[in-house]
Amino acid sequence: MNELTGYIVLSGIIFSIGFAGVLLRKNAIIMLAGIELMLAAANLNFITFWRANWQGDDITGAIFVLFTIAVAAAEAAVGFALVLAIFRHYKSSEAQDYNSLKG
Amino acid sequence: MGWITKIFWLTAILPIVAAGLISVLNKSKKKTAAAVAITSLSCSCLISIISLIKVIELKTTKSSAIFITNFDWLNFSGLKVQFGFILDPLSSSVAVVVSVVGLLIFIYSVGYMASDWNFTRFFCFMSLFTGAMLGLIISNSILMLFIFWELVGLTSYLLIGFWFNKPSAAAAAKKAFITTRVGDLAFFIGILILFATTKKLLLYDNGDGCLEATSLKLVCNLAIFGGLFAGTVISILIFIGAMGKSGQVPLHIWLPDAMEGPTPVSALIHAATMVAAGVYLVARMEPLLTLVPSGTSGISVASMVITYTGAITALIAALIAIAQFDIKRILAYSTISQLGFMMMGFGAGGMAVAIFHLITHAFFKALLFLGAGSVIHGCQGEQDIRFLGGLKKYMPITFAVYAIGMMALAGVPLFSGFWSKDDILHSVSLWSVSKIPFYIGVVASFLTAFYMTRQVFYVFMGSYRYNKDSASHSSEHFPHESPAVMIYPMIILAIFAFGLGFIGCPFLPLIQKFLAYTEIEHKPDFFIMTLSSAISISGILAGWFLYGLKPVKSSQHPDILELKAKPFFNVLNKKLYFDEFYEATVIKLTGLFSELCLWIEIHIWDGLVQLFSRSVVLFAWLGRVWDEYVINLGFDTGCNGLRGVGQGISLWRNGKVHRYISVIGIAIIVLVLWVVWLAG
Amino acid sequence: MSLTFLILSILLIVGATAAMTLKNLVHCALCLAGVFAIFGLIFIYQNAEFIGLIQILVYVGAVAVLILFAIMLVKGDKFGETSPFINSWKLGVFVSFLLFLVILICVLTSKLPQPTEGVGYISAKVIGRELMTKYVLPLEVVGLLLTAALIGGVFLALKKENTLTNKKIKNE
Repeated sequence: MNELTGYIVLSGIIFSIGFAGVLLRKNAIIMLAGIELMLAAANLNFITFWRANWQGDDITGAIFVLFTIAVAAAEAAVGFALVLAIFRHYKSSEAQDYNSLKG
Repeated sequence: MGWITKIFWLTAILPIVAAGLISVLNKSKKKTAAAVAITSLSCSCLISIISLIKVIELKTTKSSAIFITNFDWLNFSGLKVQFGFILDPLSSSVAVVVSVVGLLIFIYSVGYMASDWNFTRFFCFMSLFTGAMLGLIISNSILMLFIFWELVGLTSYLLIGFWFNKPSAAAAAKKAFITTRVGDLAFFIGILILFATTKKLLLYDNGDGCLEATSLKLVCNLAIFGGLFAGTVISILIFIGAMGKSGQVPLHIWLPDAMEGPTPVSALIHAATMVAAGVYLVARMEPLLTLVPSGTSGISVASMVITYTGAITALIAALIAIAQFDIKRILAYSTISQLGFMMMGFGAGGMAVAIFHLITHAFFKALLFLGAGSVIHGCQGEQDIRFLGGLKKYMPITFAVYAIGMMALAGVPLFSGFWSKDDILHSVSLWSVSKIPFYIGVVASFLTAFYMTRQVFYVFMGSYRYNKDSASHSSEHFPHESPAVMIYPMIILAIFAFGLGFIGCPFLPLIQKFLAYTEIEHKPDFFIMTLSSAISISGILAGWFLYGLKPVKSSQHPDILELKAKPFFNVLNKKLYFDEFYEATVIKLTGLFSELCLWIEIHIWDGLVQLFSRSVVLFAWLGRVWDEYVINLGFDTGCNGLRGVGQGISLWRNGKVHRYISVIGIAIIVLVLWVVWLAG
Repeated sequence: MSLTFLILSILLIVGATAAMTLKNLVHCALCLAGVFAIFGLIFIYQNAEFIGLIQILVYVGAVAVLILFAIMLVKGDKFGETSPFINSWKLGVFVSFLLFLVILICVLTSKLPQPTEGVGYISAKVIGRELMTKYVLPLEVVGLLLTAALIGGVFLALKKENTLTNKKIKNE
């Protein structure tokens, strides 16, 4: 198992932890945090593959990470604002209470 | 200065653009609106003055000074609709007059309309009005001219009805619009016939326009309507259009009512824009209107019609003006009378004579209206001259400028009105067809001097007779002089009203030479000059004798003419029953016709419509039966099944976020495995 | 497999687990901040210094703080009274574990390339030049997205004074 595989497995573990957090926690804020964790794990993959396949000036992987960070930041801002707004309405931050759209 | 011919058209476009800008302004932005309007009009004023200088320069060096810029507006196959701009002595001089007078009126309006809540709308309309008039002046296509002509009509409607919450203003606006519409219809038919015969819309197009030799020859030799020549028919129709706009009898009735608008609007309508449009149209069409069938010589039928109409208008309007009490209405009738003079001058002496009077009249009539506005402004909206009086004491500057305007209108020697009216009388006296218009003109000039003197004595002399019944005068109130922004435009106009005549006096006929297409011999005619001075002075003396010697004491006191010749005065006071006549004939007939239409509507068309609608209802009923018992039955069954399935599925969607996420996770797992197995 | 990498990965896994499992939300957020910082360190360790610094700046400086603020604003959580996990947690654990297994199998069975030798290092200058030339359109789009997110966030988080809910809250 070389170093590349180690990084990818690490990224997979973090991704799974993040996914488990989203899936298991009641609190909507921690669910969002889990999503951030998953995004960061994906970034780790990008960096790893970019570095493993080094071709001089081609920095597409790094640039992709930059954009992912920006999008994640935007997502976090909107997500937490949404949680706040929903909290005002339901007076609860627990995701299982947000169920007025059920069939 | 060659560039000026390229941008001459801006003179009309700028105010229209300004109107567009003002129309999107906030209502509270009064200063911006006024600034935009005045700036744009100043620019077009500057452009028109520079182009006038350019044209004068060319006219003195070369004989021809016509610039035309033509372009295609629409291009169907085989039929081109062309528009164009023209810069020649006629258009440049009238454009200068319109923009200068308009600019002064704009400045005046800033003071006059200062407290009006619709200030920005007012300037929007005024800009559009002036722009439309300037566009009319510079048009080189008869269709484009007609478009601007209608724009002038529309904006005059908007402005006369500016205070639209006043029923009389709304009615006056409607009256102006409909009356001029009668003339416009005739004008449009004239355009159509002209286009049908010549296939041309451009007025001048380097020998290919409809006012140039080829077309004129074609038009004057073509007989239509059994014996009538096309040229004559077109000329008369175009003149009817001009009659509507320029308030010639019998289409003059809208002009006095147009006084319902704000006074600057009246000034603009009467001096520079609206009524000048008719005279300008006639002047522009001169080659066509003076056309006689080839092989014959003499005076064209259209010219004769124009001369007689003008003479009759001049006399009737002057008579009616004697017996009016509204300060603006007297001026309105004097405008009609002066327009009659212009038409008479055109018929007898050609375009230059009419335009000279148009120019001088524009200045002194604008001055008189602005003076009247100043009086109304100073006396809290009082317009009845019986309730005014003695204003010389309260408004000295207004009195001074008003007196200058009045003397110019009355034709006191050396004032501008004297020279232009003298020119008209001179050419009418030489008219080969008949001497009657000349005598009518003399009488009308006498009456003009008389009624203006009467008005001035009523308004400015004697003592102030305020209206005791009117609520606005309950408190101690005396007239006051107007603010400077209103005074200065009037002073400038007064200078023009006095001095402008010298550009066309018989000793130095500059403007006649400048405007006329052909050289005309101008000799000072001392007999006519003496005669017209004598007429105007005797008119003023008669007015002074009747109204000046014994000043009007009280507002209840009847007019002195009413005492002396009651029936005569009453008929005149009722405006010769023109409105009543129309009421009894045209309007009655229209009413009867619409009654007839109503009857047909109810008894014939309505029955048909009812039958049709009944059959539709029957058909719809049949359709409903089919729908309900055949189609719906099947559809309902399908729907119920679908609903059952939906209910089953919805159980899975329990509103728990975590359930959804785990479904997503399982889906990802399945997908990945599937992809891996497929690949591997 | 260097020692640094091992230490960092252990720290990362422990921190992430703590961030997802602790009961106290503030502790969770702090752990998360630590996890993000370690991510930054790993990036730096992989010669992507600029990206690592950006990661620390954005995630630790902004996102973690944002999460803390959100936790403090969304008050009234019943710490300790109930479990922080959902009732059907067994299903969740199962699904997550399945996912992890799938990832692991995929990674281990695929033929990964050998890392190229002589790895260099990218300067901020190169990134800046690339961003301003080749990636200028994505950059603009991301800027637009951030602006929209900013406005949207403000709009969503804004208190709507006249709503019924707010009146109820005030009454309480």
